[in-house]
Amino acid sequence: MTIRTARLALTAIAFAALASAASAQGTGKLKVGLMLPYSGTYTALGVAIENGFKLYVEEHGGKLAGREIEYFKVDDESDPAKATDNVNKLIKRDNVDVIVGTVHSGVAMAMAKAAKESGTVLIVPNAGADAVTGPMCAPNIFRSSFSNWQPAFAMGEVAAKQQGKKKAMTITWKYAAGDESVNGFKEGFEKNGGKVEKQLTLPFPNVEFQALLTEIAAAKPDAVYAFFAGGGAVKFVKDYQAAGLNKTIPLYGPGFLTDGTLDAQGEAAQGMLTTLHYADGLNTARDNAFRVGYAKAFKLQPDVYAVQGYDAAQMLGVGLAATKGDIGKKAEFTAAIEKAKIDSPRGTFTMSKSHNPVQDIYLRKVEGKENKLVSTAIKGLADPARGCRM
Amino acid sequence: MDFGTFLVQCLNSVQYGLLLFLVASGLTLIFGIMGVINLAHGSFYMIGAYMAFALAPLFGDQFLLMLGAGVVLAAVFGYLLEWAFFSYLYQRDHLQQVLMTYGLILVFEELRSILVGNDVHGVKVPAWLDGSFALGNVMSYPWYRLFASAACIVLAAGLYWVVNRTRLGMMIRAGASNRDMVRGLGIDVKRLYRIVFAAGVALAALAGMIAAPMSSVYPNMGASVLIICFVLVVIGGIGSITGALLASLLVGFVDTFGKVFFADLAGIGIYLLMAIVLIWKPEGLMGRRP
Repeated sequence: MTIRTARLALTAIAFAALASAASAQGTGKLKVGLMLPYSGTYTALGVAIENGFKLYVEEHGGKLAGREIEYFKVDDESDPAKATDNVNKLIKRDNVDVIVGTVHSGVAMAMAKAAKESGTVLIVPNAGADAVTGPMCAPNIFRSSFSNWQPAFAMGEVAAKQQGKKKAMTITWKYAAGDESVNGFKEGFEKNGGKVEKQLTLPFPNVEFQALLTEIAAAKPDAVYAFFAGGGAVKFVKDYQAAGLNKTIPLYGPGFLTDGTLDAQGEAAQGMLTTLHYADGLNTARDNAFRVGYAKAFKLQPDVYAVQGYDAAQMLGVGLAATKGDIGKKAEFTAAIEKAKIDSPRGTFTMSKSHNPVQDIYLRKVEGKENKLVSTAIKGLADPARGCRM
Repeated sequence: MDFGTFLVQCLNSVQYGLLLFLVASGLTLIFGIMGVINLAHGSFYMIGAYMAFALAPLFGDQFLLMLGAGVVLAAVFGYLLEWAFFSYLYQRDHLQQVLMTYGLILVFEELRSILVGNDVHGVKVPAWLDGSFALGNVMSYPWYRLFASAACIVLAAGLYWVVNRTRLGMMIRAGASNRDMVRGLGIDVKRLYRIVFAAGVALAALAGMIAAPMSSVYPNMGASVLIICFVLVVIGGIGSITGALLASLLVGFVDTFGKVFFADLAGIGIYLLMAIVLIWKPEGLMGRRP
């Protein structure tokens, strides 16, 4: 190819791009901005959320309330420092109608702030920071996942009531999600007659646990509640076993301790009890249909993140249906979602006043490579939404 | 804290410190002696851990054999890497070294993501090291951690012997202080540096392999260890193996006891230590005055 033809080809491509962008403006497609982790540790989670979201849209012929969906994607890199810039790419440059994101709580906080200021609808499909539906709450901010408080509070209640534990210790990374989780556990545990005697922390994302495990062994509590995720969760559970503690002191946690990490944890995680708003083997018609559909579409087994993405699309669909596809009618849009019963694979849920799911929290037990459903720990648990004024 | 717990915590401190030393000793060779700011050193640690993940199923319980094979692979890799990239860096300024080695981090992370993905993996402890033994009535201490400590002590002693007592060590030390003089004496400095670099990579990879069964294998594991390593080298005195060992043990104790007694300050404990040491001895514990 000579330089001349190359230049010609490039010019042609540039014009083609311009043309397609121009046509996108005119067709009245609904612009959905996906701000999710597409690189780094949380990549798999971001992909599962996007898959779930698109699965629901595809099930409805690529449309929600009759409007075609056009996607804009931004990799949030799980970096709070870049969050404001990234979310503004969607709000100011791409002019999206709704933002879906993200996994990392720190990034989600920045997104919530930007959404609050611009009025763009935001649906959070994972990040559990209590503040998103607490002090940061707003009419245009919704969450399709959970608050850190929810599974933690439920585990506290289970530990004290069902398991009859009296003295517990907690351990987590010293950061917002960790603090929120162990405090939720403490609340549930102490409300039911238990006592959290010591709360251990270490800096995020440090994974040298041996010293703290020694402390646990010396203090001999009845139970330990741990909040870790990803690589840290794998290492903690394995270290806990290697120190011989799992034989004498049961280890509890929210589902994140064993979700997506069982392959690596292997033997060490067997028999552990955790709480979450989803479990393997729910065996409801709704969940089975979802799992088959997801497996067919993506050749992958769905997980809790896929469910949260799927439900984000459902919630958007409900709001749009009530306004006949016009997301500009903010009051009707919000009111419709607030009133809705979302028919989720996890079981039906409604929205709390602060726009967080009011949902069943399940008690699960690790068996092989599954987090098997044991029972419903608490039915219809609502986040207390402390600090939300709306 | 009773006496038994205290003893176990001391054991924890030593074990953690020794593992850090193994990573940092390679950095000391490359950064301290050869003068290259090697930000990619953490990646070598990560590569070692992933190597353990890949090799463990092939070797089964032949854990020592696996370590040996891994070290050879890593050394060859280091040798080639020096030939392809680092040999151009010695005469450049630090900014160029930082840029190149930071670029290498990105390349290694991306390759890892393409080859093995971003999932977390576990590596099984070999059967003959599985389990733990009772330490007083406090807790059981895993055999594997004891093995890791022993392995690190053997390596530290070996390294000390090579650097301070052998002809090769003498050449390395001489090459560090005056490259031209050593070349003038008829020693092939290029080849010498290549060997030292390969040894540094092999040490970091070995640390990664030893750490893998204890710490699981995950993305970004190199980045977190890199900062601590630079802190160690600075505290110990740039270029001093003995200093790196002292600093590693010191950091092991500060980190371990910091976590237990001052949880809120644990994150900055080692930086406080660094500040104190540098105020007292600006050239590091065992560093020579420039």
